[in-house]
Amino acid sequence: MKVTSERLRTVGIVRPVLTDDRNPGVPLDLDVIRGLRVNRSAVERRAATIPTRRTVKKEWQAAWLLRAITCMDLTTLQGDDTPGNVLRLCAKARRPLRPDLVDALGVGHLDIKVGAVCVYHALVPTAVAALEGSGIPVAAVSTGFPAGLSPFAQRLEEVQASVAAGAQEIDIVITRAHALTGDWPALYAEVRAFRDACGRAHMKAILGTGDLATLTNVARASMVAMMAGADFIKTSTGKESVNAVLPVGVVMVRMIREYEMRTGSAIGFKPAGGIRTAKQALDWLILMKEELGDRWLRRALFRLGASSLLTDIERQLEHFVTGRYAAAHRHPMV
Amino acid sequence: MATVAKLFETMEYGPAPESDAPALEWLRQHDNGRFGHFVNGRWVQPTEGQYFETINPATKAVLARVAQGSKADVAAAVAAANAAAPAWAALPGHARARYLYALAREVQRHSRLLAVLESLDNGKPIRETRDLDIPLVARHFYHHAGWAQLRDTEFPGYVPIGVVGQIIPWNFPLLMVAWKVAPALAAGNTVIMKPAEFTPLTALCFAEIAQAAGLPPGVFNVVTGDGATGTVLVEHPDVQKIAFTGSTEVGRIIRKATAGSGKKLTLELGGKSPFIVFDDADLDSVVEGVVDAIWFNQGQVCCAGSRLLVQEGVADRLTQKLRARMEKLRVGSPLDKAVDMGAIVAPVQLERIRGLVEKGVEEGAKMWQPSWACPTEGYFYPPTLFTEVSPAATIAQVEIFGPVLVSMTFRTPQEAVELANNTPYGLAASVWSENINLALDVAPKLKAGVVWINSTNLFDAASGFGGYRESGFGREGGREGMYEYLKSDWEKGLGPGASGVTRAVPVANASAPQAPGPKPQALPPIDRTYKLFIGGKQARPDQGYSRKIVGPDGRVLGEVAEGNRKDVRNAVEAAHAATGWGRGSGHMRAQILYFVAENLATRAEEFAARVGREEVAASIARLFTYAAWADKWDGAVHHTPIRGVTLAMNEPVGVLGIATPDDFPLLGFVSLVAPAIAVGNTTIVIPSEPSPLAATEFYTVLETSDVPDGVINVITGAKDPLAKVLADHDDVDGIWYFGTAAGVKAVELASAANMKRTWAFARSRDWLDPRQGEGREFLRHASEVKNIWIPYGE
Repeated sequence: MKVTSERLRTVGIVRPVLTDDRNPGVPLDLDVIRGLRVNRSAVERRAATIPTRRTVKKEWQAAWLLRAITCMDLTTLQGDDTPGNVLRLCAKARRPLRPDLVDALGVGHLDIKVGAVCVYHALVPTAVAALEGSGIPVAAVSTGFPAGLSPFAQRLEEVQASVAAGAQEIDIVITRAHALTGDWPALYAEVRAFRDACGRAHMKAILGTGDLATLTNVARASMVAMMAGADFIKTSTGKESVNAVLPVGVVMVRMIREYEMRTGSAIGFKPAGGIRTAKQALDWLILMKEELGDRWLRRALFRLGASSLLTDIERQLEHFVTGRYAAAHRHPMV
Repeated sequence: MATVAKLFETMEYGPAPESDAPALEWLRQHDNGRFGHFVNGRWVQPTEGQYFETINPATKAVLARVAQGSKADVAAAVAAANAAAPAWAALPGHARARYLYALAREVQRHSRLLAVLESLDNGKPIRETRDLDIPLVARHFYHHAGWAQLRDTEFPGYVPIGVVGQIIPWNFPLLMVAWKVAPALAAGNTVIMKPAEFTPLTALCFAEIAQAAGLPPGVFNVVTGDGATGTVLVEHPDVQKIAFTGSTEVGRIIRKATAGSGKKLTLELGGKSPFIVFDDADLDSVVEGVVDAIWFNQGQVCCAGSRLLVQEGVADRLTQKLRARMEKLRVGSPLDKAVDMGAIVAPVQLERIRGLVEKGVEEGAKMWQPSWACPTEGYFYPPTLFTEVSPAATIAQVEIFGPVLVSMTFRTPQEAVELANNTPYGLAASVWSENINLALDVAPKLKAGVVWINSTNLFDAASGFGGYRESGFGREGGREGMYEYLKSDWEKGLGPGASGVTRAVPVANASAPQAPGPKPQALPPIDRTYKLFIGGKQARPDQGYSRKIVGPDGRVLGEVAEGNRKDVRNAVEAAHAATGWGRGSGHMRAQILYFVAENLATRAEEFAARVGREEVAASIARLFTYAAWADKWDGAVHHTPIRGVTLAMNEPVGVLGIATPDDFPLLGFVSLVAPAIAVGNTTIVIPSEPSPLAATEFYTVLETSDVPDGVINVITGAKDPLAKVLADHDDVDGIWYFGTAAGVKAVELASAANMKRTWAFARSRDWLDPRQGEGREFLRHASEVKNIWIPYGE
């Protein structure tokens, strides 16, 4: 991507012009980290008006929901996952919409499919095989997901193993203790090491924001992860008591904007956990469009981590097509 | 359906219109869009048969025709309100509470109709009417249903004022109805409402709601019309109070029109409110704050944060962020649920905005607007940012009342405060900093009735709203707002403007020990010169004239200095130099007031010879009263719906001119000066004109009592001319006048120049009666309530 001279001049920082779509990272700059300011009440007010200031209706809503599907990391991360349910998930990933709806919407040529399928390491081979030829990447949660507290060497090995098994995207979890204790160099070193282990696989850094206690910690952890080379920053594992919520999203996307302004690198964002309704998906898309811009409405820079969301989107699209309210059991299950 | 695929690529926002059909149908059902006045619970046609059109500023379509209120129409409404007043005031609080509760519920039941109607008539986005205006309207009636319920127990000794005329602006038409009507009715007054000419429809819809709620006829009346109708209402002799929200220009006219009439007055006027950003603020949140400050309601907000003051080091970054954000703002059909800004209310307002923006460019400021274009069919104006603005620029000084932000930089917190206060206005301010020490240090230094920390444009019924300086006086909302619609019950018997019957000065000054004249001693008395008391020093009068003070028996008791305008000027400067008094602790002020009382007591016999023992004893007691109050005049923490606190702080008004009553030379002086200085004001005092010698002696008591220089300045001479000089003085913040009806009128007229708060009273008061002569009434007049909103949370 291009970094304009205007942008560099205004922030007084000179960085090399980047050409790759990966985030090369930058050295840890603790002055930047400590200088970050987040006012929680003001952020919450902004978050509260994201869904009330903007809305999309009718054809626009249908188009946006289709977009949401293409940005979806269709996910199963359960202890009882088996090849059986993962295969089912992958089939759905290839054909997320009923063909009659695709036809009615006139979007057959768009080849609507999900952004990725996200599974545990053990199910990576199953998913890779099931998705072969579809162009849908497999994402693996890694590094001792969800707590991220297994031995460091094992966490690195896990990343390498998942990459070797064919995962093109790795969702790593950070050690929340580093953020909670303000040990930013340790967090930077950890994420940097994971990034190196990922090799060509894109890395999403899960911050576990529900564990980070304050929005200031969320901002700082976001910035450290990006400086350390994360290609995406992701809110949650889905296992914390509070998962993807808009105030956290506001803070994280603002950090992405800040990082881009400082470095020229565009980092992706992935809210995950608790996103179950089409309305929520639209709110997240609106947040991206408003705070970051249209580039962040595409799968290269935006993913929705979700399991049951797809079914609700299907129901809303059916309602758009037929004018009648839809039932979940009339759509193939995930 | 083909477009879905295209939209999938463009990912643009589409139209999201709210239907106007139900609102248009409501208009049609009312005589095909023709409205009379609402008087005595009925719809009546205007006596002169005149109507005017109200339009939708987004489309220029005519929405309805509305009655033009004539003198007879206003008279009929006032008569109805007058007739309804006694029964309404006599209702138990619980009964009035039930009516207000019903109004709140009715508003909620018809919330969408009101929201759409408001958006159509005003041009503001449906999102704002739906999410802000109408919910706040309901909230206001709920809150004041509570005050109706509690009036008798929470405001003992108070009664309603009577018939209230209320004149409201077009920027928040129904919200202003609520802000005015809810406290007035809760307190037990009856109302004649004159909505703005541009936006009468929701007030008319509300009249129907009042009807449905079963409000007794005459309690709430609506007379529509233009400024001429408002003038008739203001001048009607049976209206006991005027509450006005609007421009400072019109507020000034109303202040003059009501001068000397005995009408109570609250004015909520214009502003040029500062939005202060320190370099440790959360700048991304600041940007959203600016959006809510100046691009809310198209910038047509009296308390809009229209002057952005940014610490120099972050100014460029903030400007860059603001411009990026402005590119994303959406201006369009107000009924579209996804627009940020709707239409400007009327062509005249649009022209004003355009003219001022042109002026800004001419004067050399740098203007920036986003790249997109506004709709062309209605009255729209894009969000506009000026940088490189000097404080001297027109656009930095005058209220634009449009979506135009002017930005300036500062270097230090002190400079930020100076820039913020460099305006005749004082309505609101925002302070953005993540440093609580800094934010809470700056907030009290700002001349503004409302200060929002890390937030902006927060309103709630539980918090008082209103201005300092030329932004008007009085508060709306909260306990402080209720007092604006109440008066002391002992005032009840007195008609408005009743001429003062003053008592004879009780004791001949003849026995004053220092008075010149023949004495039994062999030696002649030592001559005594009474000077002015300015800045802690006894000062000779500028012109070197003295006036003779003659006792009841015709004997000359002494000569006092003849103060003139230059002496007043000097005293005002001394009072300003002493404003540190207000920043000291209440405990410190209490100690000094006790010390004054102590020193007066040691000279009690001498003062008793002048004014009698009773008055001296009462004066000593009164000094104790305000010494007692000095560290107890607490503010409040209001229960507003934020995670945070809203502090209602009692601040001194500032520099107060006080013309004391003639008939209580010592007690009148003490009863007014003591509460003024207990709260922290500094004062210029004009003693009793016929009997000033108690006051001139009293300053020697002050000299021995550690009262800091300049806190109390005493100017003897001709009371009314001196009071007029004080009332005219632009650097005097308030004036209290106790004297003749003519003097009251002169003071109130002159005060309009800088809209200084006045407390002018021509009726006799029994200063010996503590109910009339001391207490919270005095402290309230000595204070401005500043509401500081402090959201918190990490």
